[in-house]
Amino acid sequence: MGIKWDEFFITGDPLILGAQISIALTMIGIVFGLTYLKKWNWLWTEWITTVDHKRIGIMYIISAVLMFFRGGVDGLLMKAQTSRPEMEFLSSQHYNEIFTTHGVIMILFMAMPFLIGLMNVVVPLQIGARDVAFPQLNALSFWLFFSGAMLFNISFVIGGSPDAGWTSYFPLAGKEFSPSIANNYYAIALQIAGIGTLMTGINFIVTILKMRTKGMTLMRMPMFTWTTLITSVIIIAAFPIFTVALALMTFDRLFGTHFFTVSGGGMDMLWANLFWLWGHPEVYIVALPAFGIFSEVIATFSRKSLFGYKSMVYAIVGIALLSMLVWVHHFYTMGSGPAVNSFFSITTMLIAVPTGIKMFNWLFTMRKGRIKMTTAMLWSLAFVPCFTIGGVTGVMLAMGAADYQYHNTLFLVAHFHYVLIPGVVFAVFAGLYYWWPKMFGHLLNEKLGKWHFWLFVIGFNVTFMPMFFLGLSGAARRTYTFSAESGFAPLFLLSAMGSIVLAAGFAVFCYNIYWSLRYADRNISSDPWDARTLEWATATPVQHYNFAKLPEVKSLDAFWFMKKNNEGLTLKDSEIEEIHMPSNSGQPFIMCVLFGISGFFLVFEWSIAAAVAALGIFAGLIYRSFDYNDGYHIPVDEVRETELSWRNKKGEAHKHVS
Amino acid sequence: MEKSAKGFPTSHVIGFLFSLILTFVAAGVALKTSLSFTVIMWIIGSLAVIQAGLQLFMFMHMTEGEDGKTNIINIAYAVFVAVVIVLGTIWVLTSGHAAH
Amino acid sequence: MSANVNTSLPLEYQSGQSRMNILGFWIFLGAEIALFATLFGVYAVLSGRYAGGPTHQDIIMIREVMIQTILLLTSSFTCGLAIFEMRRGNKNELIMWLVITLLLGAGFLYMEINEFIHYVHIGASMQTSAFLSSLFVLLGTHGAHVTFGIGWAILVIIQLIKRGLTSVTARKVFIIGLYWHFLDVVWIFIFTFVYLKGLVL
Repeated sequence: MGIKWDEFFITGDPLILGAQISIALTMIGIVFGLTYLKKWNWLWTEWITTVDHKRIGIMYIISAVLMFFRGGVDGLLMKAQTSRPEMEFLSSQHYNEIFTTHGVIMILFMAMPFLIGLMNVVVPLQIGARDVAFPQLNALSFWLFFSGAMLFNISFVIGGSPDAGWTSYFPLAGKEFSPSIANNYYAIALQIAGIGTLMTGINFIVTILKMRTKGMTLMRMPMFTWTTLITSVIIIAAFPIFTVALALMTFDRLFGTHFFTVSGGGMDMLWANLFWLWGHPEVYIVALPAFGIFSEVIATFSRKSLFGYKSMVYAIVGIALLSMLVWVHHFYTMGSGPAVNSFFSITTMLIAVPTGIKMFNWLFTMRKGRIKMTTAMLWSLAFVPCFTIGGVTGVMLAMGAADYQYHNTLFLVAHFHYVLIPGVVFAVFAGLYYWWPKMFGHLLNEKLGKWHFWLFVIGFNVTFMPMFFLGLSGAARRTYTFSAESGFAPLFLLSAMGSIVLAAGFAVFCYNIYWSLRYADRNISSDPWDARTLEWATATPVQHYNFAKLPEVKSLDAFWFMKKNNEGLTLKDSEIEEIHMPSNSGQPFIMCVLFGISGFFLVFEWSIAAAVAALGIFAGLIYRSFDYNDGYHIPVDEVRETELSWRNKKGEAHKHVS
Repeated sequence: MEKSAKGFPTSHVIGFLFSLILTFVAAGVALKTSLSFTVIMWIIGSLAVIQAGLQLFMFMHMTEGEDGKTNIINIAYAVFVAVVIVLGTIWVLTSGHAAH
Repeated sequence: MSANVNTSLPLEYQSGQSRMNILGFWIFLGAEIALFATLFGVYAVLSGRYAGGPTHQDIIMIREVMIQTILLLTSSFTCGLAIFEMRRGNKNELIMWLVITLLLGAGFLYMEINEFIHYVHIGASMQTSAFLSSLFVLLGTHGAHVTFGIGWAILVIIQLIKRGLTSVTARKVFIIGLYWHFLDVVWIFIFTFVYLKGLVL
């Protein structure tokens, strides 16, 4: 029990030493910068304590971009190590750690927060609401995610990185074969972040079901709102399974139980079963909102309503049911017998059907549309063929018998990167270019955006396409090197070169953010894309109360018809009322710190200290129970002033009449 | 919606009596009869489901209020998920080579 | 947000925020169903794996289990009565029934802790076998929920005494009532599929 201080910091690896030094320097730099610019108070009152869904969304997105960087560096290190046969850039242990953290970070700390961030920014606006149903809970969700993400990220400098793969299969991940504390980080950090995700799911279901503006029936909701709703439903079904699996893992590792151990009657494949019972729905949790983003972007830039709206809704509802019925396809080779493998082959192929329906809907939306080739639209266009490759190879993998050949080869790795990069990363880029003005009041630079797009898409294909062929010729995943005789060298080298182009694309993206924040034109209208849904029916950037007067909806693509019929765009003085808003709170952040401390002690298997810190968590809950803060009201004058500042400008559709 | 002026909590008392009866019947069937294992499990399993329904409808008033329909869909979906998790896990891990 | 008040509804449903909280809690219960289902699935797979340790028949004390069950069933009933009194606007009866509910819950918890101590005493601990690991964690998770519920209900009772029966406190009582009934539902399945099934085998 207690922390072994001599093993506290990881030592002896120049790469990690460099990382430790740069982390220390960055932290000192941030502290110094904030003090010098006197921004501590601003940081606390405007950001850390905020319960505004838009700001929480922005914080999610910033975290996600940082995590994208971290996960991307992991990916580049792997590509460098496998660029030549018998490379000795990374040791096998270091390689194990890196592919583990790459997977965990990209799925749980990049894809999830990026999408949840966009959901936070956009969904309340799309349904014409002033906030989410439980604003403070929303802040808590973010801070728990943040706590888990930071706890996971310190692992590589303090205590050691998890090294059993992002799936952390037993018996490898158990105490017997991974005796160091490294895998505790996996169990505990993901647990903390997972609780936050579960609460986000509840929050968005209630928000969407109860806070839609007048006239917005379920079948008039924008597609992104629909996918957010269904994603939240899948979160509610799937995340509790992960919570239990991680808790049982913690028990096995810390308290000597026998759930997944080889001895004592435990069953190692029970872990795999529980992991994928959560893990497969998780794929849809990240894919569905991405599909929602593409639907919005394609409809806007084709200047047409989404084709087959109803079939789209049925398709995503069907996915919510089917996504719970396919998990065994991740471990056909366990050998559950022909009945089980056949059943799950069929369900897996079935789930390709609703996805196929969506593909055709997007294509028909574009048909005969007046397409505008903006950066957001380019991402959506590139998504279609790239994702189709991922989908078709997925159907190949779905066949249980054939899977014995593909299993655990780079073919599989190529497949899921072809699903997740077009299906999620392209989508969040499209969403970011599309909704950026709603957050910051200016566009991202389109020219740099196109550089970003072309470098990224070409780099992506060059990186992952060779992996299909490597996998088919027998290259196994998660192996840190290969021999020259294997004949894999040319394709591995090609793949490594592709990853450099991919990274260059990401660098252009970061530069684009920097350039646009500094130089982009601030004088844009509230509706720069001539868009169709309600988030564009208010100011850009959005004022903190979202809508002075809640809009009334009469059809799908409500804002489009408001513009066309010229109704609901004006605001009269007599219509301005006091607006009730929730108060800021520092409590979610304090809970984040307490969860982080408690989790940290638990990682180091210091149960008593963790329990003491957990008392702080309970104190926080008790405090919250007695908290009767009812929010505050924004006075009419302030609303009028804000509305006047953006309406009645030149080129602005919205008018203020007094 | 329940009438708030009513003096005696009839439905609660009935629900309570039923839950006691169902519990004792299940215990009796399980412990005092010599039926086969499968038959006993079907009987006591069904009794448990009935009793759970009793709680949901008679004590928790699942269907009341403007969100009654949502609650039913929510619980039905959760039950679907629960059945998939339990039966799926048992099926997958006790057939073929997995059983060993 | 706090607007949208409808005074024709029972107190706990009157404000828009309360209706959202209640719906949110139902959805949370949906997540709890998935959570307990996972624990039941784990238990179902591992319950035959004794690893040479004690079996169901060696450890289960059915008389105590029956008493636990009746305590919890009765507490669910008294909790229902508390809500019933709340809807009639009787604050004192409401508090009385809540306190009775909590005493019954505490009795249940006392017996469960004794049961655990007894198990460990006869050599059946969480580390003994996969069967016992899954048994302790399933029962323990339920017991932890009951403990949490008791602590939470005490906080709500304090607020009832301090603030009286308002739309906010009524909503809090109603939600904890839902939670308490739900724990009873879970117990029914534990009673059936852990204890009774264990003794039939």
